[in-house]
Amino acid sequence: MEHYAIETEGLTKTFVGFAAVKNVALKVRSGALHALIGPNGAGKTTVFNLLTKFHLPSAGRILIDGRDVTALKPSAISRRGVARSFQISSVFPHLSVHENVRVALQRKLGTGYEFWRSNKTLRVLDERAMELLADVGLTAYAGHAAADLAYGRKRALELATTLALDPSVLLLDEPMAGLGVEDIERITALIRSAAVGRTVLMVEHNLRVVADLCDRITVLQRGQILTEGTYREVSANPAVIEAYMGNGHV
Amino acid sequence: MVSNNLTIVPAATVTDYQVPLLAGMALAAALVAPFVVYPIFLMNVLCFALFACAFNLLMGFAGILSFGHAAFFGGAAYVSAHCAKELGLPAELSLVAGMASGAILGAVFGWVAIRRQGIYFGMITMGLAQIVYFIALQAQFTGGEDGIQGVPRRSMLPFINLENDRTMYFFVLVVFLLGFVAILRTVNSPFGHLLKAIRENEPRAASLGYDVDRFKFLAFVLSATLSGLAGALKAIAFQLATLTDVEFFMSGEVVLMTLIGGVGTIIGPIVGAGILIAMQTYLAEFGTWVKAVQGAIFIICVLAFRKGLIGEFAALMERRAKRAGR
Repeated sequence: MEHYAIETEGLTKTFVGFAAVKNVALKVRSGALHALIGPNGAGKTTVFNLLTKFHLPSAGRILIDGRDVTALKPSAISRRGVARSFQISSVFPHLSVHENVRVALQRKLGTGYEFWRSNKTLRVLDERAMELLADVGLTAYAGHAAADLAYGRKRALELATTLALDPSVLLLDEPMAGLGVEDIERITALIRSAAVGRTVLMVEHNLRVVADLCDRITVLQRGQILTEGTYREVSANPAVIEAYMGNGHV
Repeated sequence: MVSNNLTIVPAATVTDYQVPLLAGMALAAALVAPFVVYPIFLMNVLCFALFACAFNLLMGFAGILSFGHAAFFGGAAYVSAHCAKELGLPAELSLVAGMASGAILGAVFGWVAIRRQGIYFGMITMGLAQIVYFIALQAQFTGGEDGIQGVPRRSMLPFINLENDRTMYFFVLVVFLLGFVAILRTVNSPFGHLLKAIRENEPRAASLGYDVDRFKFLAFVLSATLSGLAGALKAIAFQLATLTDVEFFMSGEVVLMTLIGGVGTIIGPIVGAGILIAMQTYLAEFGTWVKAVQGAIFIICVLAFRKGLIGEFAALMERRAKRAGR
């Protein structure tokens, strides 16, 4: 039997009178690099928000590594080893680049509530933070405020922060959105190396990136799964071509 | 989010060797002050400075706006006044009792309100503070309109005579410094670090695995506890606890002090408290006009100096440093 890192059963989310996600049974194999694609409004981000508990499902179940996590809070999901990035780059703007990564590393220390301790005790994390920044090519910007970074670098920082959690499951919401060509290559390489030994589920519009990176693709349309398969299978599917018609993709 | 335009004094503006130097100068000034200025006035400033610093811990560093802090300040004033006068406890223990009352009230307020955001949070704290005010007005032990008067100033240590205003001033100064150092440490602790992250981007902090509500709750209780200490200190120093300490205006005043000095700065609230207390003291002959002047200052502050006096000054220094660096 196959082992699934993420599994949903009958996952449904209705916003007043509108079903954004309907009865989705998504299965992401452990260790896979899995993409979730579909035209705008297909419900990709909603699925993401459901998986990370930023939305509560109207119906259905979510299993992470076979365990039911439907009732947990976002912070608890994260502690189960599921880390996410956001569609719009999500950093701590007035903290330095280095501090951004350290915030994520700090969790393992378990001293988060200790208001009587000096923050010098956080220095043990500095080395690891610099390593993570080096991996995404941000060493030179460590002392800058995150708000001052260019967009592509903010995305790289967000990725470094997410990887700092050393998650077993990585959820990436449109990691290439708003990036220039040279950034796309760099981030693609980064995701590929980050995926080693992890399960990655990404929402992505750039199909070239998806074709290049992902071994499994699920196509969503109007909140439901249209089809699933390899890029070759999916891109040859007439229903997928039709779903994308007029959107300029494929 | 309420908090996006709050600014912290950047470390770059004050270099490392300047900090102890400036702190030493401030301390020297505080030691000499009672021989130059009326000690009662100075004690008033210090009590409110501590209150504003405690409030700033919440607003400036956690990005949470409370409109109910008078409940902690005034509630603790009543508790410590009662302990000192009716139970005969020495000043030190009365302060501890006042602090404890701040912590308990803070836990209750926080428990009710912490899941609400921004203005809704503010409204709930305001409503709860009105309940505390009503209790203070109706309960027996608070003395109604008269308040608790003639609170004895008596230290645990027999060689300290708090009856003397100057000695009392030094006592207040020590308590203030203890509270101030506690706030400094909290801001610069692993907890304070995460609090800033939560203020900056709450969903991101949650997605990194932090239970943001618990962090905000702890920040709220700490702020309430230190506000309680400030209120208790005021009751002992002025030998008085009245409805003024617990009424809505007091909640507004601490917001004003923090804003004028600079939200999220370390010394801004002290400066803000100094300015407002000086106005109330030296413009007292103008009666209620002082409040009109305060209102005008508040409007000017919000329109022209969003960062407050210290915040604007720090921003100026930072711009200069940047220009010099280029």
